[in-house]
Amino acid sequence: MSNALINVPRTVRRGEVFQIRTLISHRMETGFRAGTNGQLIPRDIIDRFSCTYNGVEVFSMRLTPAIAANPFIGFHTRATESGTIVLRWTGDNGFSVEETVAIEVV
Amino acid sequence: MSGLRRGSVCLGLCLVAALTANAQTDAPSRRSGYHDMGKPLQAMQDDDMANPGMLWVGEGANLWNQRFAAADKSCADCHGAVQSMSGVAARYPAFTAGSDQPVTLEQRINLCRTQNQRADRLADGSRELMALTAVVAHQSRNQPIAPPDDPRLRPFIAAGEALYRLRQGQLNLSCAQCHDDNAGRKLAGVTIPQAHPTGYPIYRLEWQSLGSLKRRLRNCLVGMRAEPYAPDAPEYVQLELFLMDRARGLKLETPGVRP
Repeated sequence: MSNALINVPRTVRRGEVFQIRTLISHRMETGFRAGTNGQLIPRDIIDRFSCTYNGVEVFSMRLTPAIAANPFIGFHTRATESGTIVLRWTGDNGFSVEETVAIEVV
Repeated sequence: MSGLRRGSVCLGLCLVAALTANAQTDAPSRRSGYHDMGKPLQAMQDDDMANPGMLWVGEGANLWNQRFAAADKSCADCHGAVQSMSGVAARYPAFTAGSDQPVTLEQRINLCRTQNQRADRLADGSRELMALTAVVAHQSRNQPIAPPDDPRLRPFIAAGEALYRLRQGQLNLSCAQCHDDNAGRKLAGVTIPQAHPTGYPIYRLEWQSLGSLKRRLRNCLVGMRAEPYAPDAPEYVQLELFLMDRARGLKLETPGVRP
């Protein structure tokens, strides 16, 4: 069900600061809204996002119910070595998505 | 003196030209609701990485190639790559083989599902239907809206126009009173757009989701405190036909982002 858009430059010069941008499909139900039957709709959000670069965590964030559906997350990191970037979203109801992108440092 | 007169004649001619150019529409110049949004929202729509509508386009592209149901056929098995749908959204709603009424793009997709794929009809506004509509309409991005010149459509367009100008609901308003007479002015803090269906299906921040023109029309009816038409009512198709005809020549932006 879940799909994500990821934008990472394929090649970066060593030492250069570059941007990683992600957009993921998720309804981010707050847990504060009532349905048509008057009952609260249970919370269903992504609560953590992290990014590792060759196994080292370079960025992570906690997400809260106040964040809109389909969260867009963008951040910067410095290019060190060629390798892989792993992006991981985890959340309620066992939500877990992991995407791996290769990056070449020249 | 003669220079002045020449000037006024020229001005007169310009006015005539301007009036004829606008004879087709009531608004002084037609523009997409895109131009009534703030810069951040425009940037969000323009950047395919930030436009959440692209999530549906991606999902629709996967669905396009998926085989399922009794016929075990995917959309691609008949139509080929989804790029073959270029220009299709710009000319819908239209008559299709075997129908005595014009159908919208969503209805056409559902017809294909039930007749050719022998699958169940997708529910109105369901994620799958929106995704398929989005990926098909996306192929017509930047193409001008070009309703077919089909004489059978004329009575339906006329019916749509009548609905557009019909005062209804507790507020006794017609669509035209806002979107023709007062377009560009403010309703509370929001600029009233000219109501050209250029970006459908649109990602509406208020919905936090992608939605169809039908959903938008239902929203407007509720806002006017009028009774929305029944889910399968022909009124929605008639209004859509009229709006597409009214927006003839404007470019499609699918997936649009709107507040």
